Amino acid sequence: MSVDTPVRSRKLTPMRMLLHGFLIVVSLAWLFPIAWAVLTSLRSYDYTAQNGYVSFGGWTFDNYVTAWRTAEFGQHFLNSVYITVPAVLLTLFLASSVAFVIARFSWKLNLVLLGVFTAANLLPQQALLIPLFRLFTEVPLPEFMSDSELLYDSYWGLILINVAFQCGFCVFVLSNYMKALPRDLYEAAMVDGASIWRQYWQVTMPLCRPALAALATLEVTWIYNEFFWATVLMRTGDKFPVTSSLNNLRGEFFTDNNLVSAGSVLVAIPTLVIFFMLQRHFVRGLTLGASKG
Amino acid sequence: MSDLPLIQADRAVPPPATTTSTGGRRRRLRLLSRTDRVVITLMVLVPLLLVTGFVWLPAAATVLLSGTNWDGIGPLNEIEFVGARNYSDVVNIYPPFVPAIQHNLLWLATLFVVATPFGMFLAVLLDKELRGSRFYQTALYLPVVLSLALIGFVWQLLYSRDQGLINAVFGSSIDWYGDSNVNIWAVMVASGWRHVGYIMLLYLAGLKGVDPSLREAAAVDGASEGRTFFRVVFPVLRPINIIVLVVTVIESLRAFDLVWVVNKGRNGLELISALVTQNVVGEASRIGFGSALATIMLVVSLVFITIYLATVMRENRE
Repeated sequence: MSVDTPVRSRKLTPMRMLLHGFLIVVSLAWLFPIAWAVLTSLRSYDYTAQNGYVSFGGWTFDNYVTAWRTAEFGQHFLNSVYITVPAVLLTLFLASSVAFVIARFSWKLNLVLLGVFTAANLLPQQALLIPLFRLFTEVPLPEFMSDSELLYDSYWGLILINVAFQCGFCVFVLSNYMKALPRDLYEAAMVDGASIWRQYWQVTMPLCRPALAALATLEVTWIYNEFFWATVLMRTGDKFPVTSSLNNLRGEFFTDNNLVSAGSVLVAIPTLVIFFMLQRHFVRGLTLGASKG
Repeated sequence: MSDLPLIQADRAVPPPATTTSTGGRRRRLRLLSRTDRVVITLMVLVPLLLVTGFVWLPAAATVLLSGTNWDGIGPLNEIEFVGARNYSDVVNIYPPFVPAIQHNLLWLATLFVVATPFGMFLAVLLDKELRGSRFYQTALYLPVVLSLALIGFVWQLLYSRDQGLINAVFGSSIDWYGDSNVNIWAVMVASGWRHVGYIMLLYLAGLKGVDPSLREAAAVDGASEGRTFFRVVFPVLRPINIIVLVVTVIESLRAFDLVWVVNKGRNGLELISALVTQNVVGEASRIGFGSALATIMLVVSLVFITIYLATVMRENRE
């Protein structure tokens, strides 16, 4: 969607210059808060305390070293990986299997099924919190799965709730995508005697690679960025994924904005890497959800 | 009650493999082996159970609990129904309720009147074949990949009273996040910063899908660009307009992370979502208030989710 369209050679009329001027100003204004965070993170607290933030100098990497150590970012990043990777894989697997059935067969209940999944993704999380909280504190887990011995305060619980919540969006996107595939593929597969499972796994899934790549990019970002569930369904400080651990960071870095900015940049890095490396997939995923793409 | 069909339908879904109605369908099903039918059932049932168990049943339970006196800790069999008392209590004796409703509406109004139209406007500008369009787009939707919790921290660098850039530049000493007269606006600016990019992206995708011949025809007729947009393009984009509208409503209802990282939704930053959370995990937990508030959120969101589903499904059938 954001791919460059061929630029026709047009004269640079005053209107066009005005347009460019406006867009440059807006773009720079939009980039500014992030640029400012990066800038602040690279300056020493002593220098900015003495000269104010509107100054130049005091360059250092120490904030990153201190932030990384004080806030135990290593552990929190690892926690995010433990939650995000299984959650994304499971979401894509479960969503694609439902989407396959919806797209492959034309049953009357397909629309209802699609509605049940899609709507679940749009509900406000807080509306489910009270019963879920109780449920999570009631369901036991064996100790080797979680030292809390409950779904509450465990990675398993967070993975499951993220999968349940994110499935809807993926079912919606994938079922649309699969419906657009030519139907004779299945006829041919049937003639060859391929089972439903093989039709799903060996015929449909390989053809869905672009959509799966787009969704994987998007879901990694969303689940990594997820804040609410981890905040309310986790208790042990060093089990928090990195996005929700931010909240503890406020207390530790209270008086030092340079540390806050270094911490923020560290947390942003994975999503920024995704943004710059996989921009195409990210945008396609978002827009596939909203239109027929 | 738009929630009923969805919730009940979802319980009523039988495993699809056993669904039979017309002759043609039955014939197709017979073509499937027993293993195939088991596989299909599992492919639907496992995800369905997960979504039902973790999303729809808790949602239904929230509605039920809002009519009881459960304290959140006691055994479930001692629950008594108290009718609408939780709702009247929330309205009458819960001070943060009215500010929270006001803030949610203000949030919605601001996104709807300022951020959403601005995002749409930028999309329209970027839809022209411009040199550097890629750069502009990238800059505008960069905030979309950041979490709202993180955005709270990034903007703190501008808002902080003693170390923030805004006060340093203007020589003021306003505590933008702390002062209950201004903090809701400060937070909404940060949230709008992200929302504009998101809407721009959605709308741009919609605009790219508009048949160019429509515009050419309007241009041949001598219509100005503005006129072409409002008379020709905007009406064609009806589905995407509705989607953008619903996204805006849902985003403002779901607003949570940003106020929670600033001060857990107190002191000028009350939002319904934050009150629900305070009443479950906070020090002063009151399940009755929490579930009544959560039910209000649920009902409002389901109205708009229904509109959304109706729109996208009609789109897809065409």
